[in-house]
Amino acid sequence: MSKKNTKIKIASVELKNPVMTASGTFGSGREYSDFVDLNRLGAIVVKGVADKPWKGNPSPRIAEVYGGMINSVGLQNPGVEHFIKEDIPFLRQFDTKIIVNVCGHSVEEYINVVKRLRGEDIDLIELNISCPNVSEGGMAFGTDKNMVNMVVGEVKKYADKPLIVKLSPNVTDITEIAKAAVDGGADALSLINTLSAMKIDIYRRKPVLERKIGGMSGPAIKPIAVRMVYQVCKCVDVPVIGMGGISNSEDAIEFIMAGATGVSIGTANFNNPYVTMEVIDGIEEYMDKYDIQDLSSIRGIID
Amino acid sequence: MKTVVLAQVLSNKAISGDIGDIYDMTVKAPQIADNAVAGQFVGIYADRDSLLLPRPISICEIEADKGILRFVYQKIGKGTEYFSKLKACDSIKILGPSGNGYMLNDNISEHIIVGGGIGIPPLLELTKRLKGKKSAVLGFRSSSFLVDEFKKYADDVYIASDDGSVGFKGNAVELLKSLKIKGKMIYSCGPRAMLRSLSIYAHQEGIPCQVSMEERMACTIGACVGCSIKIKNDDDWIYKKVCKDGPVFDSEEVIWE
Ligand SMILES: Cc1cc2nc3c(=O)[nH]c(=O)nc-3n(C[C@H](O)[C@H](O)[C@H](O)COP(=O)(O)OP(=O)(O)OC[C@H]3O[C@@H](n4cnc5c(N)ncnc54)[C@H](O)[C@@H]3O)c2cc1C
Ligand SMILES: Cc1cc2nc3c(=O)[nH]c(=O)nc-3n(C[C@H](O)[C@H](O)[C@H](O)COP(=O)(O)O)c2cc1C
Ligand code: FES
Repeated sequence: MSKKNTKIKIASVELKNPVMTASGTFGSGREYSDFVDLNRLGAIVVKGVADKPWKGNPSPRIAEVYGGMINSVGLQNPGVEHFIKEDIPFLRQFDTKIIVNVCGHSVEEYINVVKRLRGEDIDLIELNISCPNVSEGGMAFGTDKNMVNMVVGEVKKYADKPLIVKLSPNVTDITEIAKAAVDGGADALSLINTLSAMKIDIYRRKPVLERKIGGMSGPAIKPIAVRMVYQVCKCVDVPVIGMGGISNSEDAIEFIMAGATGVSIGTANFNNPYVTMEVIDGIEEYMDKYDIQDLSSIRGIID
Repeated sequence: MKTVVLAQVLSNKAISGDIGDIYDMTVKAPQIADNAVAGQFVGIYADRDSLLLPRPISICEIEADKGILRFVYQKIGKGTEYFSKLKACDSIKILGPSGNGYMLNDNISEHIIVGGGIGIPPLLELTKRLKGKKSAVLGFRSSSFLVDEFKKYADDVYIASDDGSVGFKGNAVELLKSLKIKGKMIYSCGPRAMLRSLSIYAHQEGIPCQVSMEERMACTIGACVGCSIKIKNDDDWIYKKVCKDGPVFDSEEVIWE
């Protein structure tokens, strides 16, 4: 078995393989270290980090649906100080890249986190623009192209690491938002975040989630995610990290063929804690079987 | 250390319950049985593409020397219905052990164990492990289960049912109050409303009380922050994870609302 090249590059950062964890589904890696050799991952994308601790939404926060789940965690997180103190030293023990997912209720809050992360030992920043914009009545930043352009531009001024912008799929035209983010200075894009969704318990006659509406993830959303990654890759020149329902190496390869440089795995970890390892192995086996020397030879091969 | 194992089902049968919906399953899972303690739970997968998430089920009994785990569960939805159809020699994917389990203190000599309905199973392993005088108060909807086994390990077992068809008519907490059972620590698991009234009673009587809580889960191992409940924190409160910080909490810490 000859050594295949699975390396990828996101802006200036080289990852040993394209497989990452999706923000919010892998904690800070610790919880999965019983199952996963964290050294093997291309990168760990940590859960959303805000400038101050966020309490998140009331429970129930989880509803299982056909082929997936809906969550209304509400970006509960212990804040950037905690992250710097507890999680960076833990993650740095491993030979993998650290991508910090950043959330905020306002442009200032995003900037506060990014400023605080300056000089810290991390590799990339992922900006979650699916957060509710409090001053705009809670509408997500990521649903308006002008707002996206502005937030990305402002945050970029303070970031000392390359900036990935994570797109919300809850928009009419994802390509418009993608272009606005790249115009604003995004070094890479990641997509998709969860799709707005709801489940009603017909026996109790009320929504399963206390917040009624949440974000859907898991295998059922994959075709939508593949379509969006495909469309976005056709219209921007920056690397794209694809995600949404990836549960095995075939799913991952599908995203790469749609144009993705890297892939992230989220909900599938809950079903199979070993899934990230299996995807890494599966991609290598596929490359062996079809004699692919470098992933770039299958990337974006769909017209 | 947690692992996922493909466990062999040794037995699986309905054991009463009011409408025959309570099942008793044993599986061979030495990797999990080896380091599990009373009050911990596992995530059991239904092995269907449409049912992705592990179902949290408490460990009812642990036979570490034989590598056997026992679960007693209620058939209530799609996942537990799938479990109810498993037969000996089938295999089932299980993640565990998860959670903290009950805190045991050998200096405590008098224990009160309070269980309601499908919250009763995890208290069996606990009752086995506690040392000293043990009184168990068990509340059912209508018909009872596991009572004879509790009698093996507890000094006294008191029974209640909502409709009075077995034992005292009422719930386990009402029975506990009426009996004025003495003890230095209460251990409990059951419906939230029961745990709440129990925690008020325990507070009034000045008896420390451990409650095992329930919440909907996605990962069962502390990664998704899906299973948060409100826990007191000085003058304020914080969310803690039932799957990792719990499921067992000090009843004084829980914000019941
Ligand atoms: C720590 C813990 C220990 C438990 N121990 C036991 C036990 O020993 N025996 C037993 O019978 N039951 C136990 N339960 C409840 C059990 O998890 C649910 O009854 C079970 O998940 C229902 O799954 P289902 O697919 O049959 O139901 P469905 O309603 O079809 O499930 C849909 C989704 O909701 C979740 N869900 C539904 N009800 C509950 C619930 N009450 N708590 C948490 N999640 C729920 C399911 O896990 C699934 O994700 C425990 C719950 C927790 C949190
Ligand atoms: C429980 C949960 C929490 C999540 N938290 C975040 C988050 O903090 N920040 C973020 O950008 N995305 C978050 N996401 C979205 C995922 O990172 C991912 O974009 C989405 O779930 C689609 O991928 P999947 O189908 O593989 O899960 C979360 C998803 C889930 C299921
Ligand atoms: S279920 Fe995921 S953190 Fe508890």
